[in-house]
Amino acid sequence: MTIKYDNVYLNETATITGPIEAKGPLGNLFDKSYDSFYIESKSWEQSEIHLLEKSVEVLLGKIKKSRFDIDLHISGELLNQLVATNYAGSRLGIPLLGIYSACATSTEGLIIGANMISAKQVNNCICSASSHNNGAEKQFRYPVEYGGPKPDTASFTTTGSASAFLSKNKKGIKIESGTIGIAVDMGLKDANNMGAIMAAAAGDTIYRHLSDTKREVNYYDLILTGDLGKYGKQILIDYMRIEYGIILNNYNDTGTMIYDLENQDVHAGGSGPACAPLVTYSFIFNKMKNKELTKVLLVATGSLQSVVTVNQKMTIPSIAHAVSLEALS
Amino acid sequence: MEKIRYKEIVDKNAPKSVRFKNGVRAFLIGGFVGMLGDFLMQLYAYLFHIPTKEASVFMIITLIFFGCLFTALGFFDNFVKYAKAGLIIPITGFAHATMSATLEYAREGLVTGIGANMLKLSGSVIIFGVISAYFFGLVRLIFFGG
Repeated sequence: MTIKYDNVYLNETATITGPIEAKGPLGNLFDKSYDSFYIESKSWEQSEIHLLEKSVEVLLGKIKKSRFDIDLHISGELLNQLVATNYAGSRLGIPLLGIYSACATSTEGLIIGANMISAKQVNNCICSASSHNNGAEKQFRYPVEYGGPKPDTASFTTTGSASAFLSKNKKGIKIESGTIGIAVDMGLKDANNMGAIMAAAAGDTIYRHLSDTKREVNYYDLILTGDLGKYGKQILIDYMRIEYGIILNNYNDTGTMIYDLENQDVHAGGSGPACAPLVTYSFIFNKMKNKELTKVLLVATGSLQSVVTVNQKMTIPSIAHAVSLEALS
Repeated sequence: MEKIRYKEIVDKNAPKSVRFKNGVRAFLIGGFVGMLGDFLMQLYAYLFHIPTKEASVFMIITLIFFGCLFTALGFFDNFVKYAKAGLIIPITGFAHATMSATLEYAREGLVTGIGANMLKLSGSVIIFGVISAYFFGLVRLIFFGG
């Protein structure tokens, strides 16, 4: 399901991160980085609320608008009952839509926002996604201070929040189209290998996007998946070649870009709803504004398990939503 | 694509397992912890003039105390990451698992946080430890008369 947009632009972005991202290769591109996992509070959940709130505040400062000028805020994250989104929303006072597609939340938000702007239902909106490493570890895995070994395929949830301002004004980059993905279940159960789980959804969505728009893969300067990590990245390359006969040359994964995989202890790479937008809204957004990249397909990927379904030994489905971004001519 | 063929692609791209290296490391460090335990036991027996059976209780308390203290100070998880089973299988692993869960839920209060969650990881060890001790005792009673 691919939707073309008329006059929807991603005008401005704001990226806020935690300490590990700041030490990564893109560290100096983020708007603000905190040097602790505790941000203005003594709990990780409250820190994530603050991260999200801060990214919207920084964004409003950059576009010189107040919260009363914003028609809609679309946001999502990993915490149960979307507490970061909802609590930050209660402080921000902007009409709020909370959404969940795990780590594909950012592109789901962009698609919803772009649809509503394209349909002239709203004039503008802010799309956010956030995650907190320790908050996610606590909810999905083991206590943070527990040092039990993790497999190399495990990923490291990013700490941060990224927000984007969308409107009809021709500024920044263009959101050309969006493809809503299908939840795919390839029968995998290992929650410590989400790259393998999500590569199937990424492949499916990329293929659907290309066939819906009748484009070749080389139409894009860069195809960017969300958080497959270094093993998931290879799985996607093999999967695209074997299943669809598509050779991915111009391809990268934000999970492998946000950290220094050699020197930072992040296993297979970054993950979390904030991972894809943190890289896209800083590094990629700058490159597109400078026209170093003109056409980018962002495919954020989400692994859709809960602790309960994993304990019940259910197979894990995944989803990927794609957004086609174009530099302004 | 069929699930079996997809799994082939996943398996082909899986990282190489380093079990041998991890095994040797865990063996050496685990052995060292065992040696340390025995040393402490003999030391307590010598210092306090008590039988080794009683000294072993003090030794266990010592190891648990330092497992908890180092976890709370925030660096024991790095030790465990390195030593793996070498520190998880000895009593230090139990202390580490309990203490890390305690720290994790400290913000949720004494009863609903710490009390309800501190045995989140180690609770199973206690439950199945007690159950297997019961069956082992039963077998001993039936076949060897206690």
